Amino acid sequence: MNIELKGIHKRFGPVHANNDINLKFGEGRIVGILGENGAGKSTLMKILSGFQPADEGEIWIDGQPVNYHGPQAAIAHGIGMLQQDPLDVGAFTVLENFMYGSNDGFIPNRNQARKTLQQYTRRFGFELNPSTPINELSIAQRQQLEIVRLLALGVKAMILDEPTTGISAEQKTMLFDALRELATNDGMIVLLVSHKLEDVIALCNEVAVLRGGRIVGERQMPATAQELVTMMFGEAIKPQTRAVVDLRKAKPVLSLQNVSISDGRLHVDDFSLTLRAGEVIGFAGLDGSGQEMMMRTMAGLHVLDSGQIRVHDRGLLRAGYREFAEAGVTYCAAGRTEEGLIAGLTLTEHMALVQDNNVRIDWGKARATMDKQIQRYDVRGRATDPIEALSGGNQQRVLMALIPEKPIVMVLDNPTRGLDVDSARWIWQQLLERRNVGTGIVFGSPDLDELVAYSDRIFVFYAGRVTEVPDVRQTNVDELGHMIGGHFEEATHAVQPA
Amino acid sequence: MNETTLNLLSGIVRNATPLVIAAIGETITERAGVVNLSLNGSIILAAMTGFVVALLTNVIWFGVLAAMLVGGLVALIIAAADIELKQDQVAVGFVLTLLCADMAEFLGRDYIGERGPSIANTPIPGLAQVPVLGPIFFDHDWTVYLSYVLVFGTWYWLFRTSPGMAHRAIGERPEAAYARGTRVNARRYLYTVIGGMLVGLAGAAYSLKLRLGWSAQPSMDGDGWIALAIVIFGGWHPFRVLLGAYLFAGLRTLSSAIQRSDIDFPITLLNALPWLLMILTLVLVSSGTLERLTRVLPGPAQRRLRAFLRSDPPAALGTRFEPN
Amino acid sequence: MQSNLRDNLSQFAFALLAIIASLLLTSALVLLIDREPIEVFQTLWEGSVGRVDRLDGVFNFWIPLTLASLGLVVTFRAGLWNIGVDGQMTVGAIFATGIALFVPAPGFLRIPLALAAAMIGGALWALLAGVLKTRLGVNEIFGGVALNAVAGIMTNFLVGNWWSGGNATSTAPFEEAGRLPSYSDDFSTSITMIVIVTLIAIALVVLLRGTRWGLELKATGKNARSALLLGVPTERTALTAFAVCGILAGLAGSYRVLHLGELRPPASGGIGFLGILVALLVGSRALWVPFVAFAFSALMFGSTRLRLTQDLDASVAKTLQGVLVLLVILSSGVRTRLLNRPATPGEPRVEPEPTPVITEVKSYE
Repeated sequence: MNIELKGIHKRFGPVHANNDINLKFGEGRIVGILGENGAGKSTLMKILSGFQPADEGEIWIDGQPVNYHGPQAAIAHGIGMLQQDPLDVGAFTVLENFMYGSNDGFIPNRNQARKTLQQYTRRFGFELNPSTPINELSIAQRQQLEIVRLLALGVKAMILDEPTTGISAEQKTMLFDALRELATNDGMIVLLVSHKLEDVIALCNEVAVLRGGRIVGERQMPATAQELVTMMFGEAIKPQTRAVVDLRKAKPVLSLQNVSISDGRLHVDDFSLTLRAGEVIGFAGLDGSGQEMMMRTMAGLHVLDSGQIRVHDRGLLRAGYREFAEAGVTYCAAGRTEEGLIAGLTLTEHMALVQDNNVRIDWGKARATMDKQIQRYDVRGRATDPIEALSGGNQQRVLMALIPEKPIVMVLDNPTRGLDVDSARWIWQQLLERRNVGTGIVFGSPDLDELVAYSDRIFVFYAGRVTEVPDVRQTNVDELGHMIGGHFEEATHAVQPA
Repeated sequence: MNETTLNLLSGIVRNATPLVIAAIGETITERAGVVNLSLNGSIILAAMTGFVVALLTNVIWFGVLAAMLVGGLVALIIAAADIELKQDQVAVGFVLTLLCADMAEFLGRDYIGERGPSIANTPIPGLAQVPVLGPIFFDHDWTVYLSYVLVFGTWYWLFRTSPGMAHRAIGERPEAAYARGTRVNARRYLYTVIGGMLVGLAGAAYSLKLRLGWSAQPSMDGDGWIALAIVIFGGWHPFRVLLGAYLFAGLRTLSSAIQRSDIDFPITLLNALPWLLMILTLVLVSSGTLERLTRVLPGPAQRRLRAFLRSDPPAALGTRFEPN
Repeated sequence: MQSNLRDNLSQFAFALLAIIASLLLTSALVLLIDREPIEVFQTLWEGSVGRVDRLDGVFNFWIPLTLASLGLVVTFRAGLWNIGVDGQMTVGAIFATGIALFVPAPGFLRIPLALAAAMIGGALWALLAGVLKTRLGVNEIFGGVALNAVAGIMTNFLVGNWWSGGNATSTAPFEEAGRLPSYSDDFSTSITMIVIVTLIAIALVVLLRGTRWGLELKATGKNARSALLLGVPTERTALTAFAVCGILAGLAGSYRVLHLGELRPPASGGIGFLGILVALLVGSRALWVPFVAFAFSALMFGSTRLRLTQDLDASVAKTLQGVLVLLVILSSGVRTRLLNRPATPGEPRVEPEPTPVITEVKSYE
């Protein structure tokens, strides 16, 4: 099969998300679709996979114009998409999820489906037990299931949206091997949407780069990362570097001693850590490896089973979130509007909540402070706007504006989730400014680049086990990728338990 | 087993039947992600309508149909208010539960105390003669038999058929359902209305059989709320819903047995038992107490029991879905 | 500003349409049972606000209804469906009855004592529902419904046994010192209570707008998880909302028994449920409560005359009110749908999040 996009346009209000896109994807090719967030690559892929209709333009398959609406119809035409958060049903088992949508008659043939499923999983070496509920699978396993499902539906072109976020190096290797085999043996078209250049370099035969809704470049691989960056941004940007600071003399701001925590499934035992003023500690790990729970514990949102936590020499044994906050710990959760901001409240109301604890609210003062912060953080929005009227990047700015000027400790779970490169860089600029005045920072992220770029020390969580990376300046994304998958021996230099 | 016990048990089955039908209806609705909170009012209005129509036409089936129509219509309002008008399901459902009860009182006032037709007992030949089980389960009227069919049928539908799988998916993750070609909102309409019609049928089962006729103080008042609680207690699973309904009916039968006996206990206070049981079961289900209790058991038994007692609501319950 | 005016105008127009439609719909229902709609509405009007000498009867409904509705506005603001308000009224009535019957004190002492006891009783009953929700994960709708039933059963039990006034339908009548004094022979309602309720309404409007507590209620109601992270003690906030509603409901319940001079089931007279309709109608605007409650009270009192003339009862008024609230809710949806402005440039339009019902978000500390 080959696919041709002809003159695709898509507008959202005044935003021209896709502007005259013309692309050709040949049989068996693995194509990287590159571009910043907001460059229009997601929109284009949604159009191709049927989730959104194009305003103008045509899709041709094998030299014939085709017209379809809805993802199911796209699959019928041989085009399937694997979302970053795979669109499966958590309460279903692997088998049910595999069967659902296959139009296998009123009463599906479970045995037949199980056989088909196992054929595919065996082919790629995926380990998927048909009777496991989806809720108990890792992201990588859910991706594997989705790939197998799309294959069983006869898909000839597969779109993958940021598939390597949140999976380990081994899982990535397995995924890439499978994709290569599909391209080579089955003539599958693979479209890899990613902002991770090393993945594109490792896997793709060719790349197409979008910027501002237009195709700004196409080329055959191989290419160097620097060449790709130049194509994406129009200029070469320097990687962030951090001046070497000696933190050993800085005073400890947060210390955990022999902390053990657990929830129903997972426990982290006997974890100790000392965070010093001006230090940035990164937590690496796959989803549900214990790092989220540990960060919540550091903010008083999770009760510890045993051990001690001290903030600034103040013991916080049976304390809740508010005691931690009073001691100087600020916590930011991964979801901005789910945990952090309140849809339905205006910016001023948010400010009134955090500004002081007086019984009577000084609305004038809250308004003035918010106006000042809007200026300072360059928020595009008014103090009287409800928070949900702002874009994601601006919401993140508001969240920053609400955080105390000099918190003693900041704990951030995935601080740049869903942000484009510019916004993410802005956030880190703010965080580093605070670090420079002595705030200690602990953050977790599925983005290994981010961890390597900003951390002074990194702790890797794997199934509740914690290991410290001995020398952060020597480590790299690949090594971390192995470690979060539990393969410490592959990490190039020796590691010791923290 | 003596006759008193048999009567008691068969009474439980009979008394539980409208609860089973209503709770299965609500299970069907909630499995699709919609909450029909109007149950209490719907049942009352449907019961009144069913009785009056059957009385006026002297055809029981017309009464039953009218009751189902009423239940379906109320459910349709909730679905449309949610899907088309984006209004809160809880708010609309709650207004409707009050409104329906008031309307029933208002429209039914001329028929209070009238004697109307009733659904006849039809023992199932052969099965009714089976010792013990026969008299308990198969010596009833068709609403009771229908409740068995509904429980088993709903289970089979939800867990064994393709459209049933799609049904669960729209309540769990409508985005995924949409991606697989299921028309989410159309199905939500369908299952909400079907669920509502069963709620209406439950109303008819009261006024045309179990608590015959219509009175100023509708005797089924409160049962809609109990049915809603049973759905939660039942973990949105038909078999457990059945169990829950029998448990409540059992308690009621027991308390009325105590009332008839010589045991010295203030009768009125016994009426509080179902409500206290409702709170207790919800506490057990909601707070994880049940989970903690299962921990004393050995591993494999624990896992099986836990799987049975799992009571996560459909993940998308009460949320709205808009394609794109 | 232009669009603001248009917004207000369309809101008004749709509310008016909803009122007219509900009158028409109720008329159709009245016709269905062979009565004259015009006559029914005429009786409703004349039986209440149509004649000044009947206003005391209207206020008799207005006092408890306003109190209960104000309490509900507080809990609704905190995102809590406090269906248990009816039971909280009932328990308030029971507590007040206890004082009125058994505390041998003069009126100027006994009445305040009874009111205070009722507030405590209502608050306790409300906090029970609150703790069931925040600590034990029982949704307040179900907790409320069950506690309503239990409170009703308790009343029946007391009236039928311990506090029986000879028959099983009510307690013995209270002594003079246990009753709220009438203002005059023509105006049987206590003016003091009208003043107190008005003051409470004003105070609540001020508290909700100008205090941290009011903002914390709103924050907890919109998103308890975020509110917690922004420093709001969400569990405490939820419990104070329950307690305030319980206090007001208890007061409402006590008014009914102290005015009537006996405890007679149903002690709340269904006013708690009516309050839910009022609260749904006004949304979070506490200022509107006294006015909407007045209109509803007029309907309720007017309908007491229907029994004499049309052989109908309060269910007509309640049906009309229910239809009205339903249509107002639906029409606001129709309005947004019709006037749906195009999304702000580049930004997706955000719909208000529907309230999770049985899916309890683990939002409390």
